[in-house]
Amino acid sequence: MSLHVQSLTCIRQDRLIFKSVELSLSSGEILWVKGRNGAGKSSLLRILAGLLKPASGIVSWDGTDVEQEPEQYQQNLRYVGHQDALKTAYTARENLNFWSQYTGTNNVAAALEAFQLQTIADHPVRILSAGQKKRSNLARLIACPAPLWILDEPVSSLDTDYIDLFKNLLETHVKAGGMALLATHQDLGLQSARHLDLNDIWQVAG
Amino acid sequence: MNSFLALLMRDMRLAYRQGSALTMTLSFFVIAVTLFPLGVGPELDVLARIGPGVLWVGALLACLLTLDRIFQADYEDGTLEQLLMGPLPIEFIVLAKIMAHWITSVLPLIIVSPILAISLNLHSDGIWAMVISLLIGTPVLSLIGAVGGALTVAMRRGGVLLSLLVLPLYIPVLIFGVASVEAAVALLPMGPHLMLLGGLSLGALVVCPFAAAAALRLAVE
Repeated sequence: MSLHVQSLTCIRQDRLIFKSVELSLSSGEILWVKGRNGAGKSSLLRILAGLLKPASGIVSWDGTDVEQEPEQYQQNLRYVGHQDALKTAYTARENLNFWSQYTGTNNVAAALEAFQLQTIADHPVRILSAGQKKRSNLARLIACPAPLWILDEPVSSLDTDYIDLFKNLLETHVKAGGMALLATHQDLGLQSARHLDLNDIWQVAG
Repeated sequence: MNSFLALLMRDMRLAYRQGSALTMTLSFFVIAVTLFPLGVGPELDVLARIGPGVLWVGALLACLLTLDRIFQADYEDGTLEQLLMGPLPIEFIVLAKIMAHWITSVLPLIIVSPILAISLNLHSDGIWAMVISLLIGTPVLSLIGAVGGALTVAMRRGGVLLSLLVLPLYIPVLIFGVASVEAAVALLPMGPHLMLLGGLSLGALVVCPFAAAAALRLAVE
């Protein structure tokens, strides 16, 4: 499994966000997307998640343009964005159960255990802290397994213990043949991660 | 199919848990309909004559109150973009949410409508006609409303625009809905009116999920 991006350009409301971005990602790899605020990290990740159309460029999954088979591509990815995608009237378990049923997977118990959510699994999400909500959202990655993780600021609101926990889960995922692409301002100390600095792209592209 | 049912059941359970929306809609419907006798006077003949129109307009306006909730909450908390990346085609996501809206927001109005119809001195034939016409015609309200909801989902306080977009499109349903009840009260055949209502519902069922899906794709970008 591999993800390739060629000459990707993003324009939003007549503003050039980035241009000529190239990247590739294979099983067992982590790519850390860096850049200043407004450099286009979230836009790049949203394009790769299929939520935003690029102005030009090609995103291909296993050699196939994702525009041609978007459903097959999106079955292979999980995206964690800035919003938690949690229903506050539901508990963390009910939220995960829904996503599990919706995606046709069944790994909720393991997800709750992996993110140490068992004790708060049956509390309504509206009473959880920001960090607990973030973990409940990230647990979707385990509850609904997919090889490609696209993560936008995945550790915001997490304390250091849970950042380490998340880092371990991320490394376990890529060791098991998965791949991850994450944008974060925080250095997670991922030794094996390759870097893509969108600031460099601007310097090269002018 | 499992994804469709999961989404439908989730929306219905959420509506049940957040019961305030249902209470608000039902209360609005009851109060709006009850205001008419106070405004036009208690003459039973007058009430019986305007009853079908009052009930249909009341149902239509009560439905309007709930339209922004079809997609708004999912858009704001990031659920919508996760749904779009799931296995269900976006048109079916829209359809599941429309069905959940109709069942949780419109069906309760239909259930209480006979009681209100009695209070408006509607003839017993008219009461049954009212229920049947609402059952056949109100899916259009949810279907067209979903298109309006999708078009305004990214707007803050888009409720007024939503009303302006949707209300003119509700006019045919209102005309044929009221006409079917009036026909029943006058002991005339109501079949043609109901068939037209059914035709409107089927036409909206074909067109609206695609239109709402296109609007949602734009909103998520």
